[in-house]
Amino acid sequence: MSSVDAGLACKPADYKSDIKPIWCPGCGDYHVLMSFTRAFAELGLPPEEIVVVSGIGCSSRIPAYTNCYGFHGVHGRSLALAAGLKVTRPELTVVVASGDGDGYSIGGNHFLHACRRNIDMTYVVMDNRVYGMTKGQPSPTTEPDFDTALSPGGTGLRPFHPLVIALASGANFIARCFSGEPNETASILVEAIQHPGFSFVEILSPCVTFRPDEKEWKNLVHPAPVAATSDPGKAARRIMTDDGFNIGVLYRGDRKPYAPAIGSASVELTELEKDFEL
Amino acid sequence: MSKPIRAPKISSLADLFAIAYGIEADAVERYELLAGQMETHNNPELVAVFRDLCRAEAIHRDEIRRLAGDIDVVAHAQRVAKWGRGDSPEEADLAAAHYLMTPWHALQLALAGEKRALDFFRSVVETAKDPDIKKMAEEFVEEEAEHVNLVHRLLRKFPPPSGSWSSDLDPPVAQE
Repeated sequence: MSSVDAGLACKPADYKSDIKPIWCPGCGDYHVLMSFTRAFAELGLPPEEIVVVSGIGCSSRIPAYTNCYGFHGVHGRSLALAAGLKVTRPELTVVVASGDGDGYSIGGNHFLHACRRNIDMTYVVMDNRVYGMTKGQPSPTTEPDFDTALSPGGTGLRPFHPLVIALASGANFIARCFSGEPNETASILVEAIQHPGFSFVEILSPCVTFRPDEKEWKNLVHPAPVAATSDPGKAARRIMTDDGFNIGVLYRGDRKPYAPAIGSASVELTELEKDFEL
Repeated sequence: MSKPIRAPKISSLADLFAIAYGIEADAVERYELLAGQMETHNNPELVAVFRDLCRAEAIHRDEIRRLAGDIDVVAHAQRVAKWGRGDSPEEADLAAAHYLMTPWHALQLALAGEKRALDFFRSVVETAKDPDIKKMAEEFVEEEAEHVNLVHRLLRKFPPPSGSWSSDLDPPVAQE
């Protein structure tokens, strides 16, 4: 990690690593990476005070492409890792990146409990409604009639509704973004990071390779017609009845974040080693 | 969603220079990103085209910096060159990239960007009250018009590809 001179405002480029992304050309995740770096620059946080944690999948490659601390963890377990990190190092800004397969299927149970715990971190799910890295299988958010060689006739299954599940489980901030609007997304990420507690941001991020139909999303998304509410009942009704393409902050809660008292952070390494002695 | 670009406000000549600088700097960064994508996906012809576009935009960027004289356009751009919804005018549309795209496609992206920049500076000319801002914006309009013409000339060298340009005999996976 290269440090940035103190006193100098960081530019988005300061948060990018030298590793070249290998996503497919046209992938929405390029825009999401851009939104991350713009949001971090807007917040003025030094890269070494941010940790980007991820699981497995195309979207989960993102920590490597940033110049912040990163942890590319195991499938579906990014939230568990991030929760442990934030509880023990509350001074760090923790942003978790995931996809619809990693976050809602393999990591579905962690998602519920992370919302419930309401630890002060931001969970960003890049939803392309398909498992892209493993070549196009249906994910929990895939439409029931997604008919391909890998899902002949479609799955026939009702898609998972992550926003309302997050709300019901206790997430304190809920927003939906579209990757093709990186500046708007960056602004919402700034707000999500600043909002106390567990912030959940779903980013519709088209997979141009396995879901070329999602290129149409840019014509379907629209700003949410009403400002965000802090009333969970109202928010639930709005989220359940929208068309899935309302963009913006949809819910701002005021639950107190979970922040357990932790022991002294100044434990000597030798003391820690004793704990692990066999 | 229709994506009207919400342009940054221009209150001074320094703002105009910084925004013009930002437009070119963003374009440089975007073309470099696209060149990298094409490198990763082994499309060397497109790597060369995007790198050429990148170099051309870098020349424009540096020229604006020179014209701005004592104004610190780099720092000022960070503060004022902020575009609402979508990208700044000359940033090529990332979503339009394809691993089998041709130079014609790349130049179409460039043309669209130059036209957006031209429209932006035209709107500055039309709305500016300050005569200095108006005069400088007129110069930028001329400059952008030249760039549009240049891309049109380049496009003569690269006719549109056949309808099967995106067909891949070894696609990532058979979906049909």
